Amino acid sequence: MADTQARSKPLPEADEASRPFYDGALAGRLMLMRCDDCGTVRLPSRRHCDRCLSTETTWVQASGRGSVRTFAVMHRVYHPGFADEVPYNIAVVELAEGPRIVSNLVGVSNADIRLGMPVEVEWERHNDVALPKFRPLTSDR
Amino acid sequence: MPHPMRGATAITGLGMTPMGRVFGKSATELAADAVRLAIADSGLRKEEIDGLLTNAGVTGTAGHGIGLPLQNYLGLANLRLLNHMNAAGSTAAQMVQYAALAIAAGMANNVVCVFADTPLQEGTSSGAAYGGAARNPGRPRGMAGLYAAAGFFGANTSYALATRRHMALYGTTHDQLGTIAVGQRQWATMNPSAQMREPITLEDYHASRWIVEPLHLLDCCLVSNGAVAVIVSGAERAESLRQPPAFVLGMGQGHPGDVQRAGVEAETETGAKLAAETAYRMAGVGPDDVDICQLYDCYTYTVLVTLEDYGFCKKGEGGPFVEDGRLAPGGALPTNTGGGELSGYYMWGMTPLSEAVIQARGQGAERQVAKHDVVLCTGNGGVLSYHGCLILSPHRS
Repeated sequence: MADTQARSKPLPEADEASRPFYDGALAGRLMLMRCDDCGTVRLPSRRHCDRCLSTETTWVQASGRGSVRTFAVMHRVYHPGFADEVPYNIAVVELAEGPRIVSNLVGVSNADIRLGMPVEVEWERHNDVALPKFRPLTSDR
Repeated sequence: MPHPMRGATAITGLGMTPMGRVFGKSATELAADAVRLAIADSGLRKEEIDGLLTNAGVTGTAGHGIGLPLQNYLGLANLRLLNHMNAAGSTAAQMVQYAALAIAAGMANNVVCVFADTPLQEGTSSGAAYGGAARNPGRPRGMAGLYAAAGFFGANTSYALATRRHMALYGTTHDQLGTIAVGQRQWATMNPSAQMREPITLEDYHASRWIVEPLHLLDCCLVSNGAVAVIVSGAERAESLRQPPAFVLGMGQGHPGDVQRAGVEAETETGAKLAAETAYRMAGVGPDDVDICQLYDCYTYTVLVTLEDYGFCKKGEGGPFVEDGRLAPGGALPTNTGGGELSGYYMWGMTPLSEAVIQARGQGAERQVAKHDVVLCTGNGGVLSYHGCLILSPHRS
């Protein structure tokens, strides 16, 4: 059912620079770039570290955990693929490693989203691409 | 000792075409109309124009905006200064700054700065004009594709995210944001150039549909076709021209960009802070000296956060600062006195600049603010990424 809805949404494809990210996604791994010189972790895919401009980089698997930095709720249909989804949320997740990533929160109603809420990545799988979504971590009660 | 740039130049001409759902003219033709009006307004002869700076709106991005060829259309041979500039909504202030510096350096005498845009097509909505990215065919490539895949489209989404963070961190409310929209509409009712002149209430604001929550329709600026031109001249020349000069007392810029690194507070701290430092120092004034604000207002939130960064109140206190109607007619800090981009017209940074010139001159008619010695004018571009500032005054010193 989710697949039917998702079919007409824009699905990204890897370019050369982002291929390790998208390959990692298909394997269920959130891959980031870590600067070999200053250790700053960044979202792919840029050749230079945006802190020290080094080009020496290692791809690393992120923890997949982070927190909600901010969020918004889309009420208008800007793309026909989202006609059945409004109102849907957009969230900026600040990953534990530092970078911020734009995604959607799943498993939570829009009214219950809060800043700072801890979240964890999960993967929405399509034919040839997997998309990172984030689910609130439930505390044991 | 006063700063050497303080009062060295002035805005001597202002030209504004009809703005809004204006059809039948290209951006180039609208720009030429605005330039003709600005020259006539100033009393300069066309032959005295020796500089031209241009800025295109979204039609520039689309490939049919104004640019360097405008020189030829206007028949301006032998220019001493020419450039096409773009730092989004901060460009208008930046064009005036470049012109002022060039004039003070003896590189030019009278510089036209012009903005023109035709994002609206007959028979289509305002939303269509700025939502174009959603219609790109094919699969989005690379990391940027994550935005489209998440359903993230356009500036409305970006500013909603920033607004939400301010609301969550500081308790800023929709009543407070709505007060900004209602106040600016009050100003617009007195501006013949404004597109939206029917008064609105806070109830109307709350009832207006969500665009991207937390932004209501009435939090968002208009979309307009049209053009605005200003002319910058040296102070001596300005004093002999037709209009009361709007002297440039202070100028500044601040550009945080969109650096999304840990520790960067991109959503609630803007380039206005750096720009204010520079411009206040040059002008020799502070927030207490400002009589009128013309603040770039792509969204209500932009006004609120800009007030904080110019030091009118502390960080996070923009909501309580505006909620008593301080910015509206009769308030202690008249702001966006032509209705701004929310209710007046959306000419990027030319919206605050044009109204700043009108108020500094004392030509605001029904909406003229009695005390207009120091007028603060700002431009903001990107997602609070680029910021330009001018401080204007009818007094040279």
